[in-house]
Amino acid sequence: MNNKRQIRFRLNGEDTEVAFAPHKTLLEVLREDLNLTGTKHGCELGECGTCAVLVDGRSILSCLMLGLDAAGHEVKTIEGMANGAELHPLQQTFADLGAAQCGYCSPGFLLVAEELLEKTPNPSRPEIQEALSGNLCRCTGYIKIYEAVELAAARMRGDAYELPRESVYGLD
Amino acid sequence: MAKNLNVVGKPFRKVDARAKCVGQTKFADDIVLPRMLFCKLLRSHVPHALIKSIDASKALALPGVFAVITGKDLTIPYGILPVSQDEHALCIDKVRFVGDPVAAVAAIDEDTAFDAMNLIEVEYEPLNSITNIEEAVMIDEPRIHDYGDSGNVHKKVSLEFGNLDEGFAEADLVREDVFFYEGNTHLPMEQHAAVAHFDADQKLTLWSSTQTPHYVHRALAKVFELPAAHIRVIATPNGGGFGGKSDPFNHEVAVCKLSMITGRPVKITLTREEVFYCHRGRHPVLMKVKTGVKNDGAITAMHFQSFLDGGAYGSYGVASTFYTGALQTVTYNVPRYKFQGLRAFTNKPPCGPKRGHGTPQPRYALEVQLDKIAEQLRIDPVEIRRRHLVPPNTVTANYLRIGSMGLGACIDKVVEGSDWKNRFSGWDPTTRKLPYGKGIGIACSSYICGAGLPIYWNNMPQSAVQLRLDRQGGVCVMCGSTDIGQGSDSILAYIVAEILGIDPFDIRVVTADTDLTPVDLGSYSSRVTLMTGNAAIQAAERARELLVMAVAEKLGVPIENLSLAERRVFDVENPEVGVSFAEAVVLAESKFGTIGTVGSYTPPHSPGKFKGSGVGPSPAYSYSAAVAEVDVNPDTGIVVVERVWIAHDIGRSINPVLVMGQVEGSVYMALGEILMEEMTYRTNRNVVHKFPSLLEYKSPTTMEMCDVKTYLIEDPDPNGPYGAKEVGQGPLLPVPPAVANAVYNAVGVRIDEVPITPEKVMRALKDKGRGRNPRYGPTNVPAVEWPEPLRVLTPAEGGDGTEMPRVAVHS
Repeated sequence: MNNKRQIRFRLNGEDTEVAFAPHKTLLEVLREDLNLTGTKHGCELGECGTCAVLVDGRSILSCLMLGLDAAGHEVKTIEGMANGAELHPLQQTFADLGAAQCGYCSPGFLLVAEELLEKTPNPSRPEIQEALSGNLCRCTGYIKIYEAVELAAARMRGDAYELPRESVYGLD
Repeated sequence: MAKNLNVVGKPFRKVDARAKCVGQTKFADDIVLPRMLFCKLLRSHVPHALIKSIDASKALALPGVFAVITGKDLTIPYGILPVSQDEHALCIDKVRFVGDPVAAVAAIDEDTAFDAMNLIEVEYEPLNSITNIEEAVMIDEPRIHDYGDSGNVHKKVSLEFGNLDEGFAEADLVREDVFFYEGNTHLPMEQHAAVAHFDADQKLTLWSSTQTPHYVHRALAKVFELPAAHIRVIATPNGGGFGGKSDPFNHEVAVCKLSMITGRPVKITLTREEVFYCHRGRHPVLMKVKTGVKNDGAITAMHFQSFLDGGAYGSYGVASTFYTGALQTVTYNVPRYKFQGLRAFTNKPPCGPKRGHGTPQPRYALEVQLDKIAEQLRIDPVEIRRRHLVPPNTVTANYLRIGSMGLGACIDKVVEGSDWKNRFSGWDPTTRKLPYGKGIGIACSSYICGAGLPIYWNNMPQSAVQLRLDRQGGVCVMCGSTDIGQGSDSILAYIVAEILGIDPFDIRVVTADTDLTPVDLGSYSSRVTLMTGNAAIQAAERARELLVMAVAEKLGVPIENLSLAERRVFDVENPEVGVSFAEAVVLAESKFGTIGTVGSYTPPHSPGKFKGSGVGPSPAYSYSAAVAEVDVNPDTGIVVVERVWIAHDIGRSINPVLVMGQVEGSVYMALGEILMEEMTYRTNRNVVHKFPSLLEYKSPTTMEMCDVKTYLIEDPDPNGPYGAKEVGQGPLLPVPPAVANAVYNAVGVRIDEVPITPEKVMRALKDKGRGRNPRYGPTNVPAVEWPEPLRVLTPAEGGDGTEMPRVAVHS
């Protein structure tokens, strides 16, 4: 406990300094030393994608990255995804379309989806599946997540897009 | 309900959805209290052994360690069922599976707790282990528990409804088949976590990721011999449950005790590996089913035997055993029915309720056997089901009262949607319409909408809601129900908003807190929408009545003319005459005093009165039908499920988007079960879990999930709130057998064992190539001496639901 090391990095757009034991993962530093508990954990072994955050715009598993390695980098967590009080379009569509059931995997999915749309503004369904294949969700069967990504992508592009009626009410 | 609905049936956002998407929802492990200590459990690394000694002195000497407790500190047993009080937070004199906890540490941080845990020395005297059903039935000693029906048999049940001999004699065809459904686990993304705080005023608070705070409350009161009023259990939002957080758990009890000893808050968060040891998941079940049918496919009699591998403790197992024999009768007419069930203790993590509790296994057996029968009788598998549906508003041979029954409509939808008629080629492999390797299969199912009886015997309501209306127009709904992601908090808000004419987002929802909320039994048995929904309707209608009485007096209009909508109370004949909702509350509070109402729900009595009739009855039954389309690679045995058409009889959707999510999630979880998920153990005597990790315990990713075409059938049930029935569990049930039947259609092999892995498909294909029986699966069941069955005359035989005197009436 007396061998803490201090780092400086950009966290959700703010200059941040934090001191912690050097063996700690970024996940632990975020949750335990910075009280950003929005980043979740499902295995802490790099198997489930639940703890994904963005480092310099790339999704990484925060359970597999040492906190020390964040020094000098730009880290974005779920708490930094909204623009002030205004939710990111993905956050809105995840909430509105039932893409978050228990919500535990949602932060990881949202950040990975944000990275996808940054690179691929108009992803096909297979591209969405591929991008999200490292994240496990036990509630939704992923389908509501795909629909939320597609609607958010359309809104971000400014395209008119009607959610298929069957997504909400089923087929007639 | 003639009134137009403003909220019910509309795809509103969940009331807690945004918090979940910005990282604000506080799950149990997100709770941090000042001076909080961290707990670790030392778990047994041997499957079955006597504990000779435990030496914690080195752990206690480690700086930063505040307390170490062992079994002798917590001697009172607990368990979810009154008949299975067989658990201790920490093992006292013996361990029963790899992962059974023996000691708990509280330390200044998690690392110190971990180090201390490894310093505890336990001396074991190994006992032979019991590793599977066959061994448990054959080997009486050593006994895993000193209770149960005999040796290592936990429970045996035998029930007979009607004259089976007569039924089989009437049949044109009698088939016997044996099936095995491997166990699997819930795998919620959130690991179980709990925080306990025993405060200076001697009150204990536990925050826990539990689906059943009421039962945890009862267990803690028992274990600590404290008045329940001194204990508060708060269920934090569950990061997935699926049944896996429905028992009182070791870690919950341990952190409470450690907080009492240290006077500080104590937290525990299980590792993923430990979640596999908590388990309480799907029982492995070996099944033998004998069914008699007429040439038109009408069932004349069914004899179903199930053998459950229960693992090391009772958990819900007695109920699980009955559930493997309860719902066979509610889809197709089964006029005579016999059930024999046996649950064994084995030295493995305990099994319990997983989504569909005890029902997917027999449903698999029944639906695959029906496919085989259809082939033998040369009947289309759709027709053999469609022709013999249980009529609505009837009582089955085993005394389950069926209300609404939308299975026919479900079948029609999936048959039409999948273009069944142009793709299923009949039973002659030479006239196939799909290419070899592509197949299509159908199956149906049904599930309860809440168990008719509570877990502990009482005459009180199973669910209750309190409403508080404040003079500024605020509405707070309080209910003991627990949101595990299914949206139960939102359901309360939607229903209250509908009746009070306000917006669901105007409502504060307070749930799952034993200090603040009236009892709801928990999020299990698909009971929540139906039971809390009915309780919410009653509470809201009572509040509405007070509001309209006060407003009618003020406006001088008859009560029956008043309507509540758009945050107003107004005269329907003269809509501009009215008051705002907040003004209506002020008027009511002025007239009656503080406005608070309650509502509660007790399920109707079951027509069955025999011993064992407590499992199966429900206020309503949901129905599902599924068609699966598969691609089977005959060179690798790999099965890809390409699409599932599924129709679910929901009664009425309170919120269609949430219903769709439950259907799609059920299909997903079913795909995991049928294709890859299995809780399996090394076959040497050590009974070590093969792969207690998210990587190696295979579950479907986005790349394995299939396309789903969903149909919602709305056939309102008189017992459901607005006619609503369940959707959280039922849609899982038809998918595994539909896939199995599709695999047969694709390549002509029967895989009578779940999961359908490539190895099993290849072995069956190899047998087929050699001219042997193209089948993979078990061939027999253990020889068991069954107790004399409890006999009940069926309703058709003039029975009244009571058991007959124990004499042989049907030879």
